[in-house]
Amino acid sequence: MKLYYTLIIILTGLPLALQAQSPLEKSIKRGSDLYEDFCVSCHMSYGQGIPNVYPPLAKSDFLMQNRKASIKAIKYGQTGEIVVNNKPYIGYMAPPGLSDDEIADVMNYITNTWGNKNTKMITEEEVSLVEK
Amino acid sequence: MRKSISLLTLILITCATCAQQTESEIKAESPVDFHYTTELIVPELNIPWGMAFLPDNSILITEKSGELILFKDNKKTIIQNPPNVYVRGQGGLLDIALHPDYENTGWIYMSYASSEDHEEGGNTALARAKLNNNTLVDFEVLYKAEPNTKKGQHWGSRISFDNDGHIYFSIGDRGNRDENPQDITKDGGKIYRLNDDGSIPSDNPFINTQNAKKAIYSYGHRNPQGMTKHPVTGAIYVNEHGPKGGDEINIIAKGKNYGWPVISYGINYNGTPFTDITEREGMEQPLFYWVPSIAPCGFVIVNSNFYPEWRGNFLVGSLKFQYLERLVVENNQVIKREKLFEHIGRVRNIKQAPNGYLYMAVEGQGIFKIIPNQN
Ligand code: HEC
Repeated sequence: MKLYYTLIIILTGLPLALQAQSPLEKSIKRGSDLYEDFCVSCHMSYGQGIPNVYPPLAKSDFLMQNRKASIKAIKYGQTGEIVVNNKPYIGYMAPPGLSDDEIADVMNYITNTWGNKNTKMITEEEVSLVEK
Repeated sequence: MRKSISLLTLILITCATCAQQTESEIKAESPVDFHYTTELIVPELNIPWGMAFLPDNSILITEKSGELILFKDNKKTIIQNPPNVYVRGQGGLLDIALHPDYENTGWIYMSYASSEDHEEGGNTALARAKLNNNTLVDFEVLYKAEPNTKKGQHWGSRISFDNDGHIYFSIGDRGNRDENPQDITKDGGKIYRLNDDGSIPSDNPFINTQNAKKAIYSYGHRNPQGMTKHPVTGAIYVNEHGPKGGDEINIIAKGKNYGWPVISYGINYNGTPFTDITEREGMEQPLFYWVPSIAPCGFVIVNSNFYPEWRGNFLVGSLKFQYLERLVVENNQVIKREKLFEHIGRVRNIKQAPNGYLYMAVEGQGIFKIIPNQN
């Protein structure tokens, strides 16, 4: 049974993997790995967060409408009250210590996953211009 | 279309293998007839990872961001020459502990994320130094795990001394669960034991094992962020984070394998399993496991006269549910769990100071003293 599933994954995954990826897709892929390492323990696997503790990223109005403030939060940390989808959060997110290119990758991932969509790719340069 | 088919199979697979987790048998309850309050002693801290109480009642506090703070006479002073810290993911300036004979030796021990060795990335280090005029002097690195990696996860880092002058510290699996924890020739996923000067005790368990890291005392750990000496038996106890479910309390014994990730009560964050066994011969069972995870951090076993009802109880911070957990333990069995100070914030650390009072460090807030109210 397990073998059968593995086969399906390989057969359906292979053609996808072989397709040439755009720079945005490549960035999203790298961002996904970074997300699993640096973000998942709080914002969770489906970007749903934890009620009243960690704000969601999936369909987050804050994230999708405040591109610069979101980059800033990931670059320098985020504290004080923040309102996400009409719910207030008063927490503290420490700066995760990512480099500018990594921040661009993770931003491209979270703005293009769990129902989020953003075709205007975030670049390393854009991140480097965001000041504290 | 192809994409939606693979998505469908993925969903099918996820559900077909959705792990059935057994919740902790004893559930955490809200306390009744509770007569303890908190007083904020040190305000305005971000992530007060470690704290140590000096003989003059001042407190040394580590901020994960790399600052070492001395809190004395209600004033914070930034200590100069702190360790050179690599701030990445869960890594930064981590725990701090005094030598058991601090008054005569002056040694202060610190664990931190370090990028020493010039490779990219970092790994956990243990160092000691002395405090002189608000500056760290005589700084020596006692241990530095290898290799450096850019992973942000699982630096471990709690420090404890036993009654024979050994220092113990933890290093988590560094986000490499399939290679590090079960391999004693590699760092990560281990509890280490050294002499107070950093040398390796001649009776360490793997001292004669070829290629082994000789400082290892036990292995098969995920990410221990709580460690304490039992006030009566002197044994070293740890608590460690599981993934989704499967946080554990373990009593550390020489050379033992605590099973991560071969056996676990946890599952992956996304709900899929990575193992289907929870026990195996030659691997230790935890004293207690948490399902769901509370994200345990900090650990103390109370023996102060100020808290007679809590004597012998375990106190563990919960980062995730933002309370202090009290576990009543009898014959190595948890028989009751309580949620103290619910909603206080992410509890990063809990310690019993030499003055007998309990101090709790909460992220974004500071350090609270726990006050028993007579009535
Ligand atoms: C230790 C838990 C934690 C981790 C790890 C963490 N965050 Fe956060 N994050 C928070 C908290 C708490 C807030 C809200 C802070 C506040 O109240 O001001 C937040 C806010 C945010 C926001 C803005 C609010 C929203 O929901 O849209 C974004 C974007 C974000 N985080 C992205 C990330 C990314 C990307 C990572 C990984 C690189 C990450 N976070 C890692 C806890 C965390």
